[in-house]
Amino acid sequence: MFANYGYKDASGDYFITIDTDKCDGCEDCVTACSLGIFEVLDEDPNDPMRDEPVAIVKNDKKKKLKYECNPCKPKDNVAPLPCVASCKNQAISHSW
Amino acid sequence: MTDKNNQELWRWTESNWANPDINFKKAKYITAGIDVGSVSSQAVVMADGEMLAYGNMRTGSDSPNSARNALNFALKELGADESIINYCIGTGYGRVNVPMADRTLTEIACHARGANYIYGSEVRTVLDVGGQDIKAIKCDEKGKVSNFLMNDKCAAGTGRGMEVFSDLVGVSINEVGDRSLDVEKEPEPVSSTCVVYAKTEATGLLRAGWSTEQVLAAYCRAMAGRIFELIEKIGIEKGFAVTGGMAKNRGVMERLMPMVKLDFMKTKWDTQLAGAAGAALFGNALCKKGKGRKK
Ligand code: SF4
Ligand code: SF4
Repeated sequence: MFANYGYKDASGDYFITIDTDKCDGCEDCVTACSLGIFEVLDEDPNDPMRDEPVAIVKNDKKKKLKYECNPCKPKDNVAPLPCVASCKNQAISHSW
Repeated sequence: MTDKNNQELWRWTESNWANPDINFKKAKYITAGIDVGSVSSQAVVMADGEMLAYGNMRTGSDSPNSARNALNFALKELGADESIINYCIGTGYGRVNVPMADRTLTEIACHARGANYIYGSEVRTVLDVGGQDIKAIKCDEKGKVSNFLMNDKCAAGTGRGMEVFSDLVGVSINEVGDRSLDVEKEPEPVSSTCVVYAKTEATGLLRAGWSTEQVLAAYCRAMAGRIFELIEKIGIEKGFAVTGGMAKNRGVMERLMPMVKLDFMKTKWDTQLAGAAGAALFGNALCKKGKGRKK
């Protein structure tokens, strides 16, 4: 499942997508993101029939991603984002 | 305008129903799903995964009571009480405030599963425009979610936005859709669905001599555009269904349809029930898996 967390407003689209079919719940992204955007739950809240752990974007973070992720996104010199780089399964992507 | 009139402008009709064809005493599992939204609350009671009864009410200021009232409203029609329920799941915006719930689930999971029941297994894209948010979900033939997004950052394009607007122009929410279609020429959409801006803009248009119908048309059109932008992000697939209160607004739906370029699926059920129906179905599935509470 592609779980898109975030929002769209007048200034643009700010979504972090987690491909839950690729995610194995290893928590590497949780460690990599110093701002605590991610957490791993024992069960996918959007798929109660799946019993394996999965990463999600925390509820209180998803409405302000543009600002939360700002420190990782300097205007020029876009280095690989820590969260994206940390995921060996390439389950994380950003829309902006 | 008095407060009372003010309220009635955006009041839709509450309803409840019980299935006369099911003898619930013979059912193995009776499960309930309660969807507490910001504007309305629904309770669906199922007998072995079939619709047994429902109640659809406006959410009061107190969510735990709203959940209980909706459930009692459904059970009343059935002539039963809470003790018949084996397992109860809460969902929706106010899901943490469902005191009788054995567990909670997200609206995303419940809406997809519920749409699969309400519209049938051909449904692939589910759009839900609720009181406070817009959800776009893609799902497979079993109602399992494959892609979703939810915009709950602001009221633009939501039911709450529509209520504020209908109140502003003094047209009952039930009539907004029909009256917005009563225009000779479709006006340009208002430039923003942001509740605050739309208010200013609508007031300006009315003052400039636009008819109420034209202003309604301009707003409904902007609303449809806003909703379309969001569903486009997850991709639109045939088997398109709209749930939630906004599905009842023809003014928005008939403007959305040419943008989506697909017919909207039809159902005999009240589309506001999707979330609660999905929750009740998950309850039944969990009971069958041995994860439900035993009576
Ligand atoms: S690093 Fe990747 S696989 Fe590991 S929990 Fe995060 S998203 Fe899932
Ligand atoms: S971009 Fe930075 S702040 Fe944003 S989720 Fe990734 S690691 Fe965390």
